[in-house]
Amino acid sequence: MSIEIKTNSVEPIRHTYGHIARRFGDKPATRYQEASYDIEAKTNFHYRPQWDSEHTLNDPMRTAIRMEDWYAVTDPRQFYYGAYVGNRAKMQEAAETSFGFCEKRNLLTRLPEETQKQLLRLLVPLRHVELGANMNNSKIAGDATATTVSQMHIYTGMDRLGIGQYLSRIALMIDGSTGAGLDESKGYWMDDDLWQPMRKLVEDTLVVEDWFELTLAQNVLMDGLMYPLVYDKMDAWFESQGAEDVSMLTEFMRDWYKESLRWTNAMLKVVAGESDANRELLQKWIDHWEPQAYAALKPLAQASAGVESLDEARAELATRLKKCGLQSQGVSA
Amino acid sequence: MSQLVFIAFQDNDNARYLAEAIMEDNPEAELQHQPAMIRIQAEKRLVINRETMEEKLGREWDVQEMLIDVISIGGNVDEDDDHFILQWN
Repeated sequence: MSIEIKTNSVEPIRHTYGHIARRFGDKPATRYQEASYDIEAKTNFHYRPQWDSEHTLNDPMRTAIRMEDWYAVTDPRQFYYGAYVGNRAKMQEAAETSFGFCEKRNLLTRLPEETQKQLLRLLVPLRHVELGANMNNSKIAGDATATTVSQMHIYTGMDRLGIGQYLSRIALMIDGSTGAGLDESKGYWMDDDLWQPMRKLVEDTLVVEDWFELTLAQNVLMDGLMYPLVYDKMDAWFESQGAEDVSMLTEFMRDWYKESLRWTNAMLKVVAGESDANRELLQKWIDHWEPQAYAALKPLAQASAGVESLDEARAELATRLKKCGLQSQGVSA
Repeated sequence: MSQLVFIAFQDNDNARYLAEAIMEDNPEAELQHQPAMIRIQAEKRLVINRETMEEKLGREWDVQEMLIDVISIGGNVDEDDDHFILQWN
């Protein structure tokens, strides 16, 4: 008796979900595509939400920006929940090592009292800015229509909460976990003249209705000036004050900002490139928010790295915006 | 005699990016979806570029990461930081 071995291959009836196949064709899709595209409901809403009777659920009219398809805005990092969490776990592990090292060696408590005070006055109050950024990004994630857009913002919101916590831990390391450092730095945020323009700006952004105006103001304009100023220029200045060890504790923020530039640039490019009407609207918002962000950071720059550092950051932002056909008051170098 | 080089990957999420990148860089290659396996073969030469993969993946990528998903290869290997090339010398 002879046995003949035959292989039989079965062609799958479908390679991916129907809504993904309608967009990309019936072929094996990436996890990012399956987890991000055409997820939210768009039709058959019976009632308007009680909290906003002007709009339907997932209403694209919540921003004045018009897109043929909001899914044109995608994440170049291709973060869906799994990829995002895995990536951040890695970054957090590195940050924890640095914090553990600084704590073990008392790297912050051995700094002169004057330098510790400067950290509490100039760096730690930014945790309140981070909380504002967290709330703003949460609001955007709630109002944006396409999942590719909303997920980038909710991840950013979570990142900002994490950054706020790292800043808090710098204060706790200085005060020996008594919380006195946090109280002191909150006092500066509430009462020091240095912080009042920034506090006003953060509070003003909390009530912006249009979610795309908000993401532009928060994630592009404010961050575009603040992160280069604080974590680049001010970091160098702290180093000159003998507090170079702090750089270990803010490395997460530098890595994070470099990475976040990728999605903010990509988003801006697609939205500004969609139509002239969009670009004009973006320009109007830039003219409104960019000078305010600059003015809000000016006292901080004056007290630390100097106004010319802020001007450099402004020029960097101007160069970035220029690539999308937008202008700001920064003077490109 | 035809001289085919080939590479076979497990059919998983990583390998789909690889297959996409390889097909872009080697338009003349032939892609076969087999049960749980993706096999790509080409006449004489097959190249995987780090740059293309990074573009597809949206992150930095080490050429050696590919080996996790490889089942088998046929051909002489020429590998450096930027490429993985299969060819018959």
